[in-house]
Amino acid sequence: MLPATMAAIIVTMALALTRAALGPTVFDRILALNMFGTKTVLLIAVIGFLTGRPDFLDLALVYALMNFIGVIAVLRFAKYGHFGELEDEAEEDA
Amino acid sequence: MHAALEILTAVCLLAGSVFAIIGGIGILRLPDVFTRMHGAGITDTLGAGLILLGLMILGGISLVTVKLIMILVFLWISSPTSTHALARSALANGVRPQLAGDPAPEEDSSSPS
Repeated sequence: MLPATMAAIIVTMALALTRAALGPTVFDRILALNMFGTKTVLLIAVIGFLTGRPDFLDLALVYALMNFIGVIAVLRFAKYGHFGELEDEAEEDA
Repeated sequence: MHAALEILTAVCLLAGSVFAIIGGIGILRLPDVFTRMHGAGITDTLGAGLILLGLMILGGISLVTVKLIMILVFLWISSPTSTHALARSALANGVRPQLAGDPAPEEDSSSPS
């Protein structure tokens, strides 16, 4: 059953990548990449069970954290056009 | 007992796979970014939840299950948060939801539907 689950997750990742390539707006691409990252977490967990090495779950956990931080960073960039450095410099100067 | 647990694992993994593919089709075919979030939400809640639940049953009561629960809780917190931030960011940048009376966008008229 684990190989079938892995195949389904890979198919879903391919669909998400297709949307990321097609996406008319940048938000479609961010949404597709967020979903791709979530599916990567699941894929790592399933591969860990498939190969009998549950240590892979630590990698999955780290990847989930990195994915969330990356999405928030990209969203800040898409909203403000920068990562906030200019605001910090302005506050330091004031 | 052991056979029942195996059947339960298989059912959870298969149902999670089906929900993941449904969400993937949804993110590809729904018309605008706000409806595509619905498809992504299906894979993040039901798909990930059922697949991780199946792995938890497979792993038994051990440290593996604790890690799986941590992954699941974190996904259930972070996924709605990032979707919410995405929707706010899209609205602030002038992306409007497609309503029933609106004409279809160009890319849907070119793709087979």
